[in-house]
Order: sequence, then structure tokens, then C-alpha cells
Amino acid sequence: MRQFLFFVKKEFFHLWRDKRTMLILFGMPLMQILIFGFALTNEVKNTRIAILDNSKDETTAEIIQQLEASRYFDVVKNIHSNEALEPAFKEGKIKLAVVFPSRFQYSLSHGNDASVQLIADATDPNVANTLTNYATAIIMDYQANLKGHQDFPYTINTEMRMLYNPQLKGSYNFVPGVMAMVLMLVCAMMTSISIVREKEMGTMEVILVSPIVPIRVVIAKMVPYFLLSSVNIGSILLLSVFVLDVPIQGNLALLVGECLLFSITVLALGLLISSVSDSQQVAMLISLMGLFLPTIMLSGFMFPIENMPVPLQVISNIVPSKWFYYIVKNVMIKGLGFEHVWKETLVLVAMTFFFMVASLKKFKTRLE
Amino acid sequence: MRALRILLEKEFRQVFRNPAILRMIFMMPAVQLLIMPLAADYEVKNVKLCVVDFDHSSYSRKLVNKITATDYFQLIDYTDSYSKALVYVEHDEADLILQIPSSFEKQVVKEDKATLFLALNAINGVKANLGGAYLRSIIGDFNREVRLEWVQVPRVNTQPTIQVSSINWFNPLMNYQIFMVPGILVILVTMVGAFLSALNIVKEKEVGTIEQINVTPIRKHQFILGKLIPFWVLGLIILTIGMIISWAVYGIVPSGSILTIYVFAAVYQLAVLGMGLLVSTFANTQQQAMLLSFFLMMIFILLGGLYTSIESMPMWAQAFTKFNPVSYFIEVMRMVVLKGSTLYDIRSHLFIVFLFAIVLNGFAVWNYRKRN
Repeated sequence: MRQFLFFVKKEFFHLWRDKRTMLILFGMPLMQILIFGFALTNEVKNTRIAILDNSKDETTAEIIQQLEASRYFDVVKNIHSNEALEPAFKEGKIKLAVVFPSRFQYSLSHGNDASVQLIADATDPNVANTLTNYATAIIMDYQANLKGHQDFPYTINTEMRMLYNPQLKGSYNFVPGVMAMVLMLVCAMMTSISIVREKEMGTMEVILVSPIVPIRVVIAKMVPYFLLSSVNIGSILLLSVFVLDVPIQGNLALLVGECLLFSITVLALGLLISSVSDSQQVAMLISLMGLFLPTIMLSGFMFPIENMPVPLQVISNIVPSKWFYYIVKNVMIKGLGFEHVWKETLVLVAMTFFFMVASLKKFKTRLE
Repeated sequence: MRALRILLEKEFRQVFRNPAILRMIFMMPAVQLLIMPLAADYEVKNVKLCVVDFDHSSYSRKLVNKITATDYFQLIDYTDSYSKALVYVEHDEADLILQIPSSFEKQVVKEDKATLFLALNAINGVKANLGGAYLRSIIGDFNREVRLEWVQVPRVNTQPTIQVSSINWFNPLMNYQIFMVPGILVILVTMVGAFLSALNIVKEKEVGTIEQINVTPIRKHQFILGKLIPFWVLGLIILTIGMIISWAVYGIVPSGSILTIYVFAAVYQLAVLGMGLLVSTFANTQQQAMLLSFFLMMIFILLGGLYTSIESMPMWAQAFTKFNPVSYFIEVMRMVVLKGSTLYDIRSHLFIVFLFAIVLNGFAVWNYRKRN
């Protein structure tokens, strides 16, 4: 036991003396929360649009004014012909063009029927859809005002209620995901690299011939990273509550417990990676390919799992972060209790156990 | 010149003798391009709906039939208990609850007014918003049908109506993959270039072989060039593999010239490698180098406009993307592949990325010390 503690101390020194690494490890969650919380939104605003007004009458002027006033659009002024539209789209200057035909007001007031054409840059289909919807809504509003307010007979109203996230904040979706990503990085990638490093530098040889049980050495390596990840869990939770206003609805102890469990799962995974790779570059590439990308792609926090083709949905089940993401989402955001997440917890425990056994089997006490 | 050639020979040999690295270099584009576009599907579909019907009238059934007739919604359950529906939402088995009040039909017909109640699982705001909006438009359609049953519609418009029609340029079928794949290709080229070049010099530092190079008459810029060129070639090879995959699997053929893409990629690679080299002159261990480039990559990629459009970012983030080479390449790729933009259309992008390349590499050469 004393030997073990000495080794833990050694590892702490290793980590503690590398100030740059420490800075990044603590800065990472902060940066991610900032980026995800404030920079990444699917909300559309201030999109540059062009208006081609072939009619130039009072009605079109009024509609253009409405479009300009909306916070979704910024009108680009210097496009006046059909020919100018295509180059403007190609250079990425505009995303949407609103085209009024000539004699717009005349047809509206005399035939009660006028048409507007919207041309959207559909390179990004979702943005194109959203822009078209917003522009249509603004024009429809204008039309409704023309008619004046009157009640239609046989009206069906719809009342909407947003469950769990009334303000539709993106942060509710990604805080659990950021947590999974940071823990993956700190626990799996950093640990595996630091173990492989001893192999690459040759110091592993020294350790393996010493009287200490080799596996204890490896476990001693994990302890500092485990503590580091607990600090990160704390900082992410604090940031999300106080900076992003994402409240913790469920039981805090349960949430922290699940986070610690997941840290252990990924630590075991890191151990497994380190025992199958013999250079730091390989360990890094495996963690990137095998852990990081699946966490981003298949855990459901960036892309909805139910949209994926069935084989990918099946594969997503072996990604630990998928289960962790589900648990954190349910406990933290929905405020559900342990009885709702015990199955997923069990999956994580089983995975941890499996990784542990596999890496111990693979762990070599001799180097070739 | 001879020194450079010998250095290049050494570097290429080192890369090709490491089968693990080589395998990763060629596996990564394949796996990412095959899986990522399938997974990265933001299109909102398969919205899971649970209907709570307290009315059980012909209207309520008609409405439900109308909703389930679209492939957009998937009916999970048709029940008459709200709490049961809520359990579905708690377990993520349903995204939406539509509650039809009792005597819904009667209210519509007799009181001219009825209210439906819609509850959405809003943790994923985009899905809730789009799903809700779509359901409302179906209800609106249904409403119009109901009205038609009771009210005669006059032939000529009695009210001024504006018809809005829309066209989608460049991607008329609204194919999401054509949008995503070019962007993913950029990420690939960037990741491989930045990581490998950053790790490479640091590895020489860590293993100690850099001492040997430092005592030779090799000049600083020769050393840096020797490190740069192999990865530059590798990056272009990966781009080629990626383009072949995206053509063979997704049928994506750039509507612009392929040459334009390569010209831009060649310059862009210089900038990315410069960044990797710069990182490597700062780091002493591979762990540090990896973490540092990972940190930078994460910021650059997330703010590069692959997943969310740059226009919707706040001002400070938009200002940052001006200094983000990744966002330039993603934009150029999309412009060339989807819109067929020419070298002339992307001239300013090309110029800026060229500046990045000069500054980053210059800084890296300057910062590289031949002494410890």
C-alpha cells in the first residue's frame, strides 16, 4: 500500500509540473462551454438577403421595410438585376433573394392576387428551409394586416408547451455531451498516452523488473487523472448552472455518482488502449478514432440517433458515452430518479468490468 | 538542395515504415466519410408522436389519420391518459404529445372555436421547434378542410392574397449529404495535417534524435521544409482518396473545377502544417503537442461553420472566424462543389489563406531553436 502511494505521488508530480498541460486540461471545459453555450446556435439571424423589386410601389416598399426590420435579415442593397443574383449567390454574399414581379401593387389591389418569389441558397437545406419560412411568415403577416383582424368561423387553435426547456436553449442539449467529451479526453486519452510514454521511453522496463506488482503501477497512473476529471466535472456543473443557467433538476449526489462511474469506465478504456498500442502516436490515433469521433457522432448529442441508419443505431449501443449522455440528460435536465436510469447505469458498470478484464488479460509484464 | 533531398528521403521512409500510422492515415478518411455523413443527419424526421385523445370523435380520428399519413411523424401510442404519454416522453420514446380535448368536435362545430394542446420535449430545441411547427401546419390544413365542409368558398378572391413561391438553388433536392461531405473532407485533411506535423518534430525532441539533427549543418528552413513537404503530399493524397470516396459512395461530383479545389487545398495545407509546426516548436512532449493541437483543432473545427452557420454566431465568434483557416476552406469547398464557383470567385479566400500560411510558417521557423 505504501509503495502504491509513493507511485501515486510520483504521478502527481509528473502531472503537476507540466503547467501547460494542466492549463489546457482545466481550460478545455471552460472553452467548450463558452463555444457551445454562446457561439453555436442553429438560430438564424442577420442573414444577408437581396431584394429584387421590379415593381417599386408602396406595397413592396412596405413589405421590404418589414423584412429589413426583422432581426433575421440584413438586406444587401446593391443588387438590382436578375443577372446580379447568381454571382452574388456564388460568392456567398447572399443566402436568400426576394423577387417582386412588376405591377405588384396593381395586381394585389385589382385582382386581389399577387405573387412573390423566394430564391434560397439550398447548399445548407435546413438554413434554406428556415429562411424561406421566416420570409413567408413576414409576408403573410403583412397580408393579414391588410385584411384587418377578423375571426374566422370554425377555428382550431393550438396551444404549445415546451417541456423541460421552456426557453428552447441549446445548452440543455449539449452540457451532458460536453461532459462526456471532456471526461473522454482527460481519462482515456491522457491516461493511455502517459502509460504508453513509459513504454516508449523505456522506463517501463525499469518498473517491470522492480518488486512492485505492475498493475498497481498502472492504477497509480490513473489516480491523478481521476481526480483531475472530478475537478472538471465540478467546474462544468458550476459553469452550466451559473453561466448558462442550466439548472440541475435531479438529485446532485446521483448525478455526481454517475459522472464518477463514467470516469472509471473511460479510465478502464484508456488502460485497454495503452495495453494494445506501443507508441504514443498510435495511442493517440486510436483514442481519436475509437473514442472521440464516436462520442461526437454516435452519442446522440450532436446528431439525433433515431435519424441514423439501423446499423449505426446498433453500433451506437457499444459507445459508452451514449449511455452516459442518456443518464445525464435524464437526471440533470429532466430530473428523473435512479429508478429511471438503473438499466443504463448497469450497462456502464458491465462495460467497465469488461474493459478492466480485457486490459488485464492484455497487459504484458514483459516487453518484447 | 541536396540536404533537403536527403531530409525528405528520411522523412518519407519514417512515415512509410510505420504501418500503424500509415493504416490510420488511410483508414481515417474512409471510415469518417462512410459513417459521418450518415450519422450527421440534421434533417428532422421520424418525430415520435403520442396522441392523447379524450374526444374519440370522427374529427379527432380524421386529424390523427392526417398526421400519421405524413412520413414525418411516427405514432407511438394512441391513448387516453396524459400521464401515460408523459412517461413515454420521460423515456425518450416520444418527442411530442398531442392532446385532443373532450368534446373537441362539438366545440369546433357549435362554438366555432376549439383548442388543441401540444407538449414538446424541448431538450433538443431544434427538433421541438421544427416538429411543433410542422404539426401546426398540418393542423392548419385540417382546419381549412373542416371549414370547407361548412362554408362555401367564393370563386374569386374577396380578400387580397399574396402567393409566396420558393425555389431552392444549387441543391434543389435539399440533399443534406452534398452539404456535409465536402465539409467533412476539410476536417479530415485538417486533422491529419495538423496532428501529424505537430507530433513529428516533438517526437524527435522526445526521443532525442533532434540533437543529432541540430549538430548537422542543416539550416532551419531546410529542416522545416523537410518536415513540411511529406505531410503536404500526404494531405493531398488524403484529399484525393476522400474525393474518390465521395464520388463513388455519394455520387458527389463538384460542379466547379477540381483544379480549383486542389489549388486551394495546396495553399491551405501549407497553413495547416504551419500551425502544426508552430505547435511543435512550443511543446516538449508528444502529450503536450497532442493536447495543444487538439485544443486548437476543437476550437477551429467547432467554429468553422461545419455544423452551424457562421452568420448566426455572435459578433465575437464571427470576428474569430476571420482568423480561422478551417472556415475558409469549408466555405470554399461548398462554394466550388455546390455552386460551381471559380478561382476568380474564391480569390479573396485564397489570398487570406496564403497569408496565414506565410505568417504561421514564418513564425514556426523563427521560433524553432537549434539549441535547447
